[in-house]
Amino acid sequence: MPQKLLVLRNCGVIDPQDVKSYLARGGFKALRRVQSGMTPAQVVGEVRRSGLRGRGGGGFPTGLKWEQTAQSPSQMKYVICNASEGEVGAFKDRYILEKDPFTLIEGIAIAGYAVGANKAYLYLRSEYAHLAPFLIGAIAEAEKEGFLGIGGHRFGIELRLGSGGYVCGEETALMESLEGRRGEPRARPPFPPSQGLLGFPTVINNVETLMNIPWVVANGANRFCGMGTEESKGTKVFSVCGDVERPGVYELEMGSSLRELVEGLASAGDVKMVQVGGASGRIVPADKMDVALSYESVLGAGPVIVFDKSRDVVDIMRQTMEFFAEESCGKCAPCREGTQSMAETLARIVDGKGRRKDLKALEDLSAAMMLTSSCGLGQAAPYPVMDSLRYFRHEYEAHISS
Amino acid sequence: MASSTNDARLDSSLLLLLERTREVYGYIPEHALIGLADALGLPVVDVYSAATFYRGLPLRPHGKHVIRVCKSVPCYLKHNGSIIHAVERELGIGPGQTSQDGLFSLELVNCIGACDRAPAMMIDDEVFGDLTAERVTEILAGYR
Repeated sequence: MPQKLLVLRNCGVIDPQDVKSYLARGGFKALRRVQSGMTPAQVVGEVRRSGLRGRGGGGFPTGLKWEQTAQSPSQMKYVICNASEGEVGAFKDRYILEKDPFTLIEGIAIAGYAVGANKAYLYLRSEYAHLAPFLIGAIAEAEKEGFLGIGGHRFGIELRLGSGGYVCGEETALMESLEGRRGEPRARPPFPPSQGLLGFPTVINNVETLMNIPWVVANGANRFCGMGTEESKGTKVFSVCGDVERPGVYELEMGSSLRELVEGLASAGDVKMVQVGGASGRIVPADKMDVALSYESVLGAGPVIVFDKSRDVVDIMRQTMEFFAEESCGKCAPCREGTQSMAETLARIVDGKGRRKDLKALEDLSAAMMLTSSCGLGQAAPYPVMDSLRYFRHEYEAHISS
Repeated sequence: MASSTNDARLDSSLLLLLERTREVYGYIPEHALIGLADALGLPVVDVYSAATFYRGLPLRPHGKHVIRVCKSVPCYLKHNGSIIHAVERELGIGPGQTSQDGLFSLELVNCIGACDRAPAMMIDDEVFGDLTAERVTEILAGYR
């Protein structure tokens, strides 16, 4: 199955510095249509019917999030575009921002209209600071052409740079950071659609999620629904890296096989395993690569890291857990202590000082962290360790017995 | 108007003031931590707590240029060890250190989102990918 370019349809086609080249490709038509002939409720309804779900890894139904925000009574509402792409192996949002900022701006503006927000923040991770002047320029272009805030709907988009921190990709940690505090996740409920930024109803969506919106509005929910699987509509953008001939960004219809992506498009050979979803992503061994990429099976935010047969699984897991130990915000004990303890245990095993009971300890810690961590970071950090213990236990045992 | 009041709240947030401080000094000096706390009516520990949470807000002076070499798995798979060694050899410093001439600091950081061009590093805001030890020598020469 070839690529299906929906989100990426303009990437490499338009001049990302020239709004006119976007207009020539039908850009801002969806926004015009929304502003001139659709009520906010109709827009929300269309997105709901499309079945679009969050592309940042969470998979929450986008239309439902918008509906809840639209229905929250408040004078002030916000839209936040989450461009805090910090997942290991993730670079698809960077690619999108570089190649097609205008579709994103259009998507943000439609979201603002649909939920009744006058203000949006584009939160960009500090590692992408080099894109900031370019993105500010694109927003100014769209404004100059009159696409933001017309027909009695005031709307502005402002770019904010992060200050460094993986956990700031978590939606409530991101809001804490925007408000100027430590980027620690909030306890939920309340959820952002009722109380988000500064306590006001807020829609927060990933870059790729918002990139889908103009297409959905222009082509209708029915056409969008026609792509993908029962629970996963549309396409998904992946960034593939690691042991592949052609690392890069690829877009596939939901339900395509992992093998197609990894071997067909990225030209991997001699694969041992693939990690789908970044550092906290699931491990898929080579013989299970026919799995369909979808919310029903395995998906994540888009990073796909490929490992060939020369790789030491336990060493990779040690690296991964050191990453989490560093990036844990420290607020809750299961994550703060659990990631550190797992990193130490894995390092001991790699160093040949492991004991058989270490494997049981890793499993017990994993279970406790998944159950009791307060946000997705600590809940998901054990996944790759659990998966690798399941599929590559013999490699752990070889380290221990040697 | 409600929205402009909110904007002001976000524009004068502690984190943005810390960012401004870093732009002025290159780091967050102790007197600035105390000064900000006084100005905002916060305990110093709150300001310290926010500053130390973020990688981008160092409490000690950096070199003029900050080199951040990615140590995450995708770069690890592409032998980032040899890149780290090359930078260390060129500058005579290790991670967390600043060169004697004050020109460079070296940090090892997590994924910078350049995995398609691994191994990769940043110098200040600029990203360099597909690195080799030889390329590192050339790149650093351009900053001297």
